[in-house]
Amino acid sequence: MPARSSTQRFPLPLALLFCLLLMGAVVANESDPWLRPASAPAPADNLPNDARIALGEMLFFDPRLSRKANMSCASCHNPALGWSDGLPTATGFDMQTLARATPTIINTAFNPIQMWDGRKGTLEEQALGPIEAGGEMNMPLPEMVTRLKSIHGYAPKFEQAYPGLGISEITVARAIASYERTVLSTESPFDRWRKGEAQAIGDSARRGFELFTGKANCAICHMGYNFTDNGFHNIGVQDSAADVGRFAQRPLKSMRGAFKTPTLRDIALTGPYMRNGAYRTLMEVVEHYDRGGDDKTNLDINMTPLNLSPAEKADLVAFMESLTGAPRDVRVPVLPH
Amino acid sequence: MNSRIRFLVPALMLLSTALPVHADNHTVSQVKKSFSVPVVKAKIGDTIEFRNDDDFAHNVFSLSDSQSFDLGSYKKGEVRSVKLATEGVIEVECAIHPDMKMKIEVKK
Repeated sequence: MPARSSTQRFPLPLALLFCLLLMGAVVANESDPWLRPASAPAPADNLPNDARIALGEMLFFDPRLSRKANMSCASCHNPALGWSDGLPTATGFDMQTLARATPTIINTAFNPIQMWDGRKGTLEEQALGPIEAGGEMNMPLPEMVTRLKSIHGYAPKFEQAYPGLGISEITVARAIASYERTVLSTESPFDRWRKGEAQAIGDSARRGFELFTGKANCAICHMGYNFTDNGFHNIGVQDSAADVGRFAQRPLKSMRGAFKTPTLRDIALTGPYMRNGAYRTLMEVVEHYDRGGDDKTNLDINMTPLNLSPAEKADLVAFMESLTGAPRDVRVPVLPH
Repeated sequence: MNSRIRFLVPALMLLSTALPVHADNHTVSQVKKSFSVPVVKAKIGDTIEFRNDDDFAHNVFSLSDSQSFDLGSYKKGEVRSVKLATEGVIEVECAIHPDMKMKIEVKK
Protein backbone atom coordinates (compact mmCIF):
# COMPACT_ATOMS: atom_id res chain seq x y z
CA MET A 1 0.00 0.00 0.00
CA PRO A 2 1.60 3.28 -1.09
CA ALA A 3 2.18 5.92 1.53
CA ARG A 4 -0.31 8.78 1.31
CA SER A 5 0.92 12.31 1.02
CA SER A 6 0.29 14.74 3.85
CA THR A 7 -2.22 16.51 1.63
CA GLN A 8 -4.18 13.33 1.35
CA ARG A 9 -4.12 12.80 5.10
CA PHE A 10 -5.17 16.40 5.81
CA PRO A 11 -6.87 17.85 2.73
CA LEU A 12 -5.93 21.40 1.79
CA PRO A 13 -9.38 22.95 2.33
CA LEU A 14 -9.48 21.51 5.85
CA ALA A 15 -5.98 22.76 6.54
CA LEU A 16 -6.97 26.26 5.41
CA LEU A 17 -10.09 26.15 7.56
CA PHE A 18 -7.99 25.10 10.54
CA CYS A 19 -5.63 28.03 9.99
CA LEU A 20 -8.53 30.45 9.70
CA LEU A 21 -9.99 29.14 12.94
CA LEU A 22 -6.67 29.63 14.68
CA MET A 23 -6.48 33.20 13.43
CA GLY A 24 -10.00 34.05 14.51
CA ALA A 25 -10.44 32.16 17.71
CA VAL A 26 -8.63 30.97 20.75
CA VAL A 27 -8.43 27.22 21.03
CA ALA A 28 -10.41 26.05 24.03
CA ASN A 29 -8.21 25.75 27.07
CA GLU A 30 -9.36 24.55 30.46
CA SER A 31 -6.77 26.72 32.17
CA ASP A 32 -7.61 29.87 30.20
CA PRO A 33 -7.21 32.69 32.76
CA TRP A 34 -9.96 34.68 31.04
CA LEU A 35 -12.62 32.00 31.61
CA ARG A 36 -14.55 31.98 34.85
CA PRO A 37 -14.45 28.90 37.12
CA ALA A 38 -17.69 26.93 37.18
CA SER A 39 -18.52 27.78 40.77
CA ALA A 40 -17.54 30.28 43.42
CA PRO A 41 -15.46 29.33 46.47
CA ALA A 42 -17.19 29.13 49.84
CA PRO A 43 -15.83 28.87 53.41
CA ALA A 44 -15.86 25.44 55.05
CA ASP A 45 -18.29 26.61 57.73
CA ASN A 46 -20.80 27.88 55.20
CA LEU A 47 -20.88 25.50 52.28
CA PRO A 48 -23.92 26.27 50.15
CA ASN A 49 -26.97 24.04 49.91
CA ASP A 50 -30.50 24.57 48.64
CA ALA A 51 -31.93 25.53 52.03
CA ARG A 52 -29.22 28.12 52.69
CA ILE A 53 -29.53 29.64 49.24
CA ALA A 54 -33.33 29.76 49.47
CA LEU A 55 -33.17 31.44 52.88
CA GLY A 56 -30.57 33.91 51.63
CA GLU A 57 -32.77 34.70 48.66
CA MET A 58 -35.66 35.57 50.98
CA LEU A 59 -33.49 37.75 53.18
CA PHE A 60 -31.95 39.48 50.15
CA PHE A 61 -35.39 40.54 48.93
CA ASP A 62 -36.93 41.23 52.35
CA PRO A 63 -37.34 44.96 53.12
CA ARG A 64 -38.06 44.15 56.76
CA LEU A 65 -34.29 43.91 57.24
CA SER A 66 -34.22 47.72 57.09
CA ARG A 67 -35.25 49.98 59.97
CA LYS A 68 -38.30 51.36 58.16
CA ALA A 69 -39.05 48.04 56.45
CA ASN A 70 -38.87 49.77 53.10
CA MET A 71 -35.43 48.82 51.69
CA SER A 72 -34.01 45.41 50.91
CA CYS A 73 -30.57 44.44 49.61
CA ALA A 74 -32.26 44.25 46.21
CA SER A 75 -33.37 47.88 46.41
CA CYS A 76 -29.84 48.87 45.46
CA HIS A 77 -28.55 45.55 44.11
CA ASN A 78 -31.45 45.23 41.70
CA PRO A 79 -31.18 42.17 39.44
CA ALA A 80 -33.15 44.05 36.77
CA LEU A 81 -30.37 46.65 36.64
CA GLY A 82 -27.30 44.46 36.57
CA TRP A 83 -27.52 43.91 40.35
CA SER A 84 -26.89 47.61 40.79
CA ASP A 85 -29.35 50.53 40.74
CA GLY A 86 -28.76 52.47 37.53
CA LEU A 87 -28.00 55.60 39.55
CA PRO A 88 -24.78 57.63 39.64
CA THR A 89 -24.60 57.11 43.40
CA ALA A 90 -26.77 55.08 45.73
CA THR A 91 -29.94 56.23 47.45
CA GLY A 92 -29.93 55.35 51.13
CA PHE A 93 -31.98 55.74 54.30
CA ASP A 94 -34.80 58.29 53.98
CA MET A 95 -33.94 58.75 50.29
CA GLN A 96 -30.62 60.44 51.02
CA THR A 97 -28.11 60.44 48.18
CA LEU A 98 -24.93 58.61 49.16
CA ALA A 99 -21.37 59.39 48.05
CA ARG A 100 -20.58 56.20 46.17
CA ALA A 101 -22.14 54.19 43.39
CA THR A 102 -23.76 50.86 44.19
CA PRO A 103 -21.31 48.20 43.00
CA THR A 104 -22.78 45.24 41.18
CA ILE A 105 -22.68 42.00 43.13
CA ILE A 106 -22.17 39.91 39.99
CA ASN A 107 -19.20 37.59 40.66
CA THR A 108 -18.36 39.32 43.92
CA ALA A 109 -18.19 35.79 45.34
CA PHE A 110 -14.80 35.45 43.66
CA ASN A 111 -13.40 38.57 45.32
CA PRO A 112 -11.22 38.15 48.40
CA ILE A 113 -12.02 41.70 49.49
CA GLN A 114 -15.33 43.57 49.44
CA MET A 115 -16.64 47.16 49.19
CA TRP A 116 -15.19 50.03 47.18
CA ASP A 117 -12.63 50.65 49.92
CA GLY A 118 -12.05 47.01 50.86
CA ARG A 119 -13.22 47.43 54.42
CA LYS A 120 -14.80 43.98 54.45
CA GLY A 121 -13.15 40.69 53.62
CA THR A 122 -15.61 37.88 53.13
CA LEU A 123 -19.18 37.98 51.86
CA GLU A 124 -20.28 36.92 55.33
CA GLU A 125 -18.60 40.03 56.78
CA GLN A 126 -19.95 42.22 54.03
CA ALA A 127 -23.56 41.08 54.18
CA LEU A 128 -24.41 42.85 57.44
CA GLY A 129 -22.57 46.09 56.62
CA PRO A 130 -25.26 47.85 54.55
CA ILE A 131 -28.02 46.57 56.86
CA GLU A 132 -26.58 48.33 59.91
CA ALA A 133 -25.00 51.34 58.14
CA GLY A 134 -26.76 54.51 59.29
CA GLY A 135 -26.94 55.94 55.80
CA GLU A 136 -28.20 52.75 54.21
CA MET A 137 -30.71 50.34 55.74
CA ASN A 138 -30.00 51.80 59.19
CA MET A 139 -31.08 48.73 61.10
CA PRO A 140 -29.36 47.90 64.42
CA LEU A 141 -28.47 44.25 64.15
CA PRO A 142 -30.03 43.15 67.49
CA GLU A 143 -33.27 44.77 66.31
CA MET A 144 -32.98 42.95 62.99
CA VAL A 145 -32.71 39.62 64.81
CA THR A 146 -35.68 40.46 67.05
CA ARG A 147 -37.77 41.41 64.04
CA LEU A 148 -36.91 38.25 62.13
CA LYS A 149 -37.78 36.14 65.18
CA SER A 150 -41.18 37.84 65.26
CA ILE A 151 -41.88 36.63 61.70
CA HIS A 152 -42.85 33.08 62.53
CA GLY A 153 -42.38 31.72 59.05
CA TYR A 154 -38.65 32.35 59.24
CA ALA A 155 -37.81 30.00 62.14
CA PRO A 156 -38.28 26.75 60.17
CA LYS A 157 -36.34 28.19 57.24
CA PHE A 158 -33.38 28.99 59.50
CA GLU A 159 -33.64 25.58 61.18
CA GLN A 160 -33.57 23.85 57.83
CA ALA A 161 -30.60 25.92 56.61
CA TYR A 162 -28.57 26.06 59.83
CA PRO A 163 -29.83 23.33 62.18
CA GLY A 164 -29.55 24.28 65.83
CA LEU A 165 -28.07 27.71 65.20
CA GLY A 166 -31.32 29.68 65.24
CA ILE A 167 -31.89 33.19 63.95
CA SER A 168 -28.82 35.30 64.62
CA GLU A 169 -26.59 37.88 63.01
CA ILE A 170 -24.28 35.05 62.00
CA THR A 171 -26.92 32.92 60.30
CA VAL A 172 -28.43 35.95 58.53
CA ALA A 173 -24.99 36.86 57.18
CA ARG A 174 -24.24 33.29 56.14
CA ALA A 175 -27.54 32.87 54.33
CA ILE A 176 -27.22 36.15 52.40
CA ALA A 177 -23.64 35.27 51.47
CA SER A 178 -24.82 31.86 50.24
CA TYR A 179 -27.33 33.54 47.96
CA GLU A 180 -24.77 36.07 46.70
CA ARG A 181 -22.50 33.19 45.72
CA THR A 182 -25.13 32.20 43.17
CA VAL A 183 -25.09 35.62 41.48
CA LEU A 184 -22.60 34.73 38.78
CA SER A 185 -22.06 35.99 35.28
CA THR A 186 -23.49 33.88 32.49
CA GLU A 187 -21.59 32.82 29.41
CA SER A 188 -20.86 35.89 27.30
CA PRO A 189 -19.95 36.16 23.61
CA PHE A 190 -16.36 36.76 24.78
CA ASP A 191 -16.41 33.45 26.69
CA ARG A 192 -17.72 31.58 23.67
CA TRP A 193 -14.94 33.12 21.57
CA ARG A 194 -12.33 32.05 24.10
CA LYS A 195 -13.75 28.55 23.94
CA GLY A 196 -13.25 28.44 20.20
CA GLU A 197 -16.38 29.85 18.61
CA ALA A 198 -14.69 32.11 16.09
CA GLN A 199 -17.72 34.18 15.15
CA ALA A 200 -18.98 34.72 18.71
CA ILE A 201 -17.59 38.24 18.67
CA GLY A 202 -16.93 40.60 15.80
CA ASP A 203 -13.68 41.97 14.42
CA SER A 204 -14.04 45.19 16.38
CA ALA A 205 -14.36 43.36 19.71
CA ARG A 206 -11.39 41.17 18.83
CA ARG A 207 -9.28 44.23 18.11
CA GLY A 208 -10.62 45.70 21.34
CA PHE A 209 -9.31 42.73 23.32
CA GLU A 210 -5.88 43.20 21.75
CA LEU A 211 -5.95 46.85 22.80
CA PHE A 212 -7.28 45.92 26.24
CA THR A 213 -4.32 43.64 26.88
CA GLY A 214 -1.84 45.79 24.94
CA LYS A 215 -1.71 49.45 24.02
CA ALA A 216 -4.57 50.56 26.24
CA ASN A 217 -3.04 48.79 29.26
CA CYS A 218 -6.44 48.00 30.80
CA ALA A 219 -5.55 44.44 31.79
CA ILE A 220 -2.88 45.45 34.28
CA CYS A 221 -5.80 46.17 36.63
CA HIS A 222 -8.80 44.51 34.95
CA MET A 223 -7.04 41.15 34.80
CA GLY A 224 -8.28 37.58 34.62
CA TYR A 225 -11.73 36.03 34.27
CA ASN A 226 -13.32 38.50 36.65
CA PHE A 227 -11.51 41.46 35.08
CA THR A 228 -10.19 42.75 38.37
CA ASP A 229 -6.91 42.61 40.26
CA ASN A 230 -8.87 43.03 43.50
CA GLY A 231 -6.56 45.98 43.95
CA PHE A 232 -6.87 49.69 44.69
CA HIS A 233 -6.05 52.54 42.33
CA ASN A 234 -6.55 56.28 42.10
CA ILE A 235 -7.57 56.66 38.46
CA GLY A 236 -8.06 60.41 38.53
CA VAL A 237 -11.86 60.69 38.51
CA GLN A 238 -13.06 64.23 39.24
CA ASP A 239 -14.91 64.27 42.54
CA SER A 240 -16.14 67.31 44.44
CA ALA A 241 -16.69 65.13 47.51
CA ALA A 242 -12.93 64.46 47.92
CA ASP A 243 -13.57 60.85 48.92
CA VAL A 244 -10.34 59.41 50.38
CA GLY A 245 -11.36 55.84 49.47
CA ARG A 246 -8.96 53.09 50.56
CA PHE A 247 -6.89 55.60 52.56
CA ALA A 248 -9.44 55.30 55.38
CA GLN A 249 -8.44 51.64 55.71
CA ARG A 250 -4.76 51.89 54.82
CA PRO A 251 -3.33 55.35 55.58
CA LEU A 252 -0.67 55.26 52.87
CA LYS A 253 -0.06 58.00 50.32
CA SER A 254 -0.91 55.95 47.24
CA MET A 255 -4.22 54.91 48.75
CA ARG A 256 -5.65 58.43 49.02
CA GLY A 257 -8.45 58.53 46.47
CA ALA A 258 -7.88 54.87 45.52
CA PHE A 259 -10.81 52.49 45.04
CA LYS A 260 -11.17 48.80 44.28
CA THR A 261 -11.01 47.74 40.65
CA PRO A 262 -14.55 46.66 39.70
CA THR A 263 -15.36 43.65 37.57
CA LEU A 264 -16.17 44.27 33.91
CA ARG A 265 -18.45 41.24 33.67
CA ASP A 266 -21.91 42.33 32.45
CA ILE A 267 -20.50 45.82 32.22
CA ALA A 268 -23.06 46.93 29.63
CA LEU A 269 -25.76 46.45 32.30
CA THR A 270 -24.13 48.20 35.25
CA GLY A 271 -23.79 51.85 34.30
CA PRO A 272 -23.37 54.64 35.24
CA TYR A 273 -19.67 53.93 35.67
CA MET A 274 -16.90 54.75 38.13
CA ARG A 275 -17.28 54.75 41.91
CA ASN A 276 -19.17 58.05 41.80
CA GLY A 277 -21.14 57.38 38.63
CA ALA A 278 -19.22 60.05 36.73
CA TYR A 279 -19.87 58.54 33.29
CA ARG A 280 -23.04 57.33 31.63
CA THR A 281 -21.47 55.40 28.75
CA LEU A 282 -18.56 53.06 28.19
CA MET A 283 -17.21 55.45 25.55
CA GLU A 284 -16.99 58.17 28.21
CA VAL A 285 -15.02 55.73 30.36
CA VAL A 286 -12.61 55.00 27.51
CA GLU A 287 -12.21 58.74 26.89
CA HIS A 288 -11.31 59.16 30.57
CA TYR A 289 -8.51 56.62 30.34
CA ASP A 290 -7.39 58.02 26.99
CA ARG A 291 -6.86 61.38 28.72
CA GLY A 292 -4.87 59.63 31.43
CA GLY A 293 -7.41 60.66 34.05
CA ASP A 294 -8.53 64.17 35.00
CA ASP A 295 -7.61 64.83 38.62
CA LYS A 296 -3.85 64.23 38.67
CA THR A 297 -3.57 64.52 42.46
CA ASN A 298 -2.02 61.30 43.72
CA LEU A 299 -2.75 59.60 40.39
CA ASP A 300 -1.83 55.90 40.07
CA ILE A 301 1.53 55.71 38.29
CA ASN A 302 0.09 53.19 35.84
CA MET A 303 -2.14 55.96 34.45
CA THR A 304 -0.78 57.70 31.34
CA PRO A 305 -2.47 59.19 28.25
CA LEU A 306 -3.14 56.44 25.70
CA ASN A 307 -3.40 58.35 22.38
CA LEU A 308 -6.13 56.07 21.08
CA SER A 309 -7.73 56.74 17.71
CA PRO A 310 -11.54 57.02 17.47
CA ALA A 311 -11.61 53.55 15.88
CA GLU A 312 -9.55 52.08 18.72
CA LYS A 313 -11.89 53.60 21.29
CA ALA A 314 -14.85 52.06 19.48
CA ASP A 315 -13.05 48.70 19.46
CA LEU A 316 -12.54 48.84 23.21
CA VAL A 317 -16.22 49.57 23.75
CA ALA A 318 -17.17 46.68 21.44
CA PHE A 319 -14.91 44.38 23.43
CA MET A 320 -16.40 45.41 26.77
CA GLU A 321 -19.91 44.95 25.41
CA SER A 322 -18.95 41.38 24.50
CA LEU A 323 -18.47 40.66 28.22
CA THR A 324 -22.19 40.76 28.89
CA GLY A 325 -23.91 37.40 29.05
CA ALA A 326 -27.50 36.37 28.54
CA PRO A 327 -29.80 37.41 31.38
CA ARG A 328 -30.26 34.72 34.00
CA ASP A 329 -33.65 33.94 35.40
CA VAL A 330 -34.10 35.58 38.77
CA ARG A 331 -36.85 34.46 41.09
CA VAL A 332 -38.40 36.94 43.49
CA PRO A 333 -39.45 34.79 46.45
CA VAL A 334 -42.65 34.93 48.45
CA LEU A 335 -41.55 36.10 51.90
CA PRO A 336 -42.45 34.40 55.18
CA HIS A 337 -45.09 35.86 57.50
CA MET B 1 52.17 28.53 76.12
CA ASN B 2 49.24 28.13 78.53
CA SER B 3 49.67 31.67 79.77
CA ARG B 4 49.60 32.88 76.16
CA ILE B 5 46.29 31.08 75.55
CA ARG B 6 44.90 32.43 78.78
CA PHE B 7 45.70 35.90 77.44
CA LEU B 8 44.57 35.24 73.88
CA VAL B 9 41.08 33.88 74.60
CA PRO B 10 39.75 36.93 76.47
CA ALA B 11 41.41 39.16 73.89
CA LEU B 12 39.66 37.40 71.02
CA MET B 13 36.35 37.50 72.87
CA LEU B 14 36.76 41.21 73.41
CA LEU B 15 37.59 41.70 69.73
CA SER B 16 34.59 39.71 68.57
CA THR B 17 32.19 41.93 70.51
CA ALA B 18 33.88 45.07 69.23
CA LEU B 19 33.70 44.08 65.54
CA PRO B 20 30.48 45.02 63.69
CA VAL B 21 28.18 42.09 62.76
CA HIS B 22 28.13 41.59 59.02
CA ALA B 23 24.89 42.94 57.55
CA ASP B 24 23.27 41.01 54.72
CA ASN B 25 21.14 42.02 51.78
CA HIS B 26 18.03 39.98 50.96
CA THR B 27 16.19 40.40 47.68
CA VAL B 28 12.45 39.79 47.45
CA SER B 29 10.89 39.90 44.02
CA GLN B 30 7.32 40.89 43.26
CA VAL B 31 6.22 38.75 40.37
CA LYS B 32 2.83 37.55 39.11
CA LYS B 33 1.20 39.62 41.84
CA SER B 34 3.00 37.68 44.57
CA PHE B 35 6.08 38.02 46.72
CA SER B 36 8.75 35.55 45.65
CA VAL B 37 9.05 34.16 49.18
CA PRO B 38 6.52 34.00 52.02
CA VAL B 39 9.06 34.60 54.80
CA VAL B 40 12.51 36.14 55.07
CA LYS B 41 14.60 35.39 58.17
CA ALA B 42 16.99 38.25 58.81
CA LYS B 43 18.71 40.19 61.57
CA ILE B 44 18.86 43.76 62.71
CA GLY B 45 20.98 45.80 60.31
CA ASP B 46 20.14 43.68 57.27
CA THR B 47 18.56 45.27 54.22
CA ILE B 48 15.58 43.86 52.33
CA GLU B 49 15.46 44.89 48.68
CA PHE B 50 12.02 44.68 47.07
CA ARG B 51 12.34 44.37 43.31
CA ASN B 52 9.28 44.83 41.07
CA ASP B 53 9.36 42.24 38.27
CA ASP B 54 5.73 42.73 37.25
CA ASP B 55 4.46 44.85 34.38
CA PHE B 56 2.48 46.99 36.79
CA ALA B 57 3.19 49.03 39.88
CA HIS B 58 3.46 47.73 43.42
CA ASN B 59 3.55 49.55 46.76
CA VAL B 60 5.28 47.54 49.47
CA PHE B 61 4.53 48.62 53.02
CA SER B 62 4.20 47.50 56.61
CA LEU B 63 2.15 48.95 59.43
CA SER B 64 3.55 46.45 61.94
CA ASP B 65 4.28 47.58 65.48
CA SER B 66 7.88 46.40 65.35
CA GLN B 67 8.71 48.42 62.22
CA SER B 68 6.55 50.31 59.76
CA PHE B 69 7.50 51.64 56.35
CA ASP B 70 5.93 52.73 53.07
CA LEU B 71 8.07 52.26 49.96
CA GLY B 72 5.51 54.05 47.74
CA SER B 73 4.40 52.98 44.26
CA TYR B 74 7.06 51.91 41.81
CA LYS B 75 7.19 50.29 38.41
CA LYS B 76 8.83 47.27 36.82
CA GLY B 77 12.58 47.05 37.21
CA GLU B 78 12.74 49.40 40.19
CA VAL B 79 14.13 48.30 43.54
CA ARG B 80 13.30 49.89 46.86
CA SER B 81 14.72 48.78 50.14
CA VAL B 82 14.23 48.90 53.87
CA LYS B 83 16.85 48.48 56.60
CA LEU B 84 15.75 46.36 59.52
CA ALA B 85 15.96 48.22 62.79
CA THR B 86 14.04 46.22 65.37
CA GLU B 87 13.67 42.63 66.48
CA GLY B 88 10.29 41.09 65.77
CA VAL B 89 7.95 40.02 63.01
CA ILE B 90 7.15 42.51 60.27
CA GLU B 91 3.99 41.83 58.28
CA VAL B 92 4.52 43.10 54.74
CA GLU B 93 1.83 43.73 52.13
CA CYS B 94 1.32 45.49 48.83
CA ALA B 95 -1.03 48.44 49.29
CA ILE B 96 -2.29 48.16 45.73
CA HIS B 97 -2.81 44.38 45.84
CA PRO B 98 -3.76 43.40 49.40
CA ASP B 99 -3.70 39.69 48.64
CA MET B 100 0.09 40.00 48.39
CA LYS B 101 1.47 39.25 51.85
CA MET B 102 4.77 38.10 53.38
CA LYS B 103 6.67 38.29 56.67
CA ILE B 104 10.12 39.33 57.78
CA GLU B 105 11.35 37.62 60.96
CA VAL B 106 14.00 39.84 62.46
CA LYS B 107 16.47 38.52 65.09
CA LYS B 108 19.15 40.41 66.97
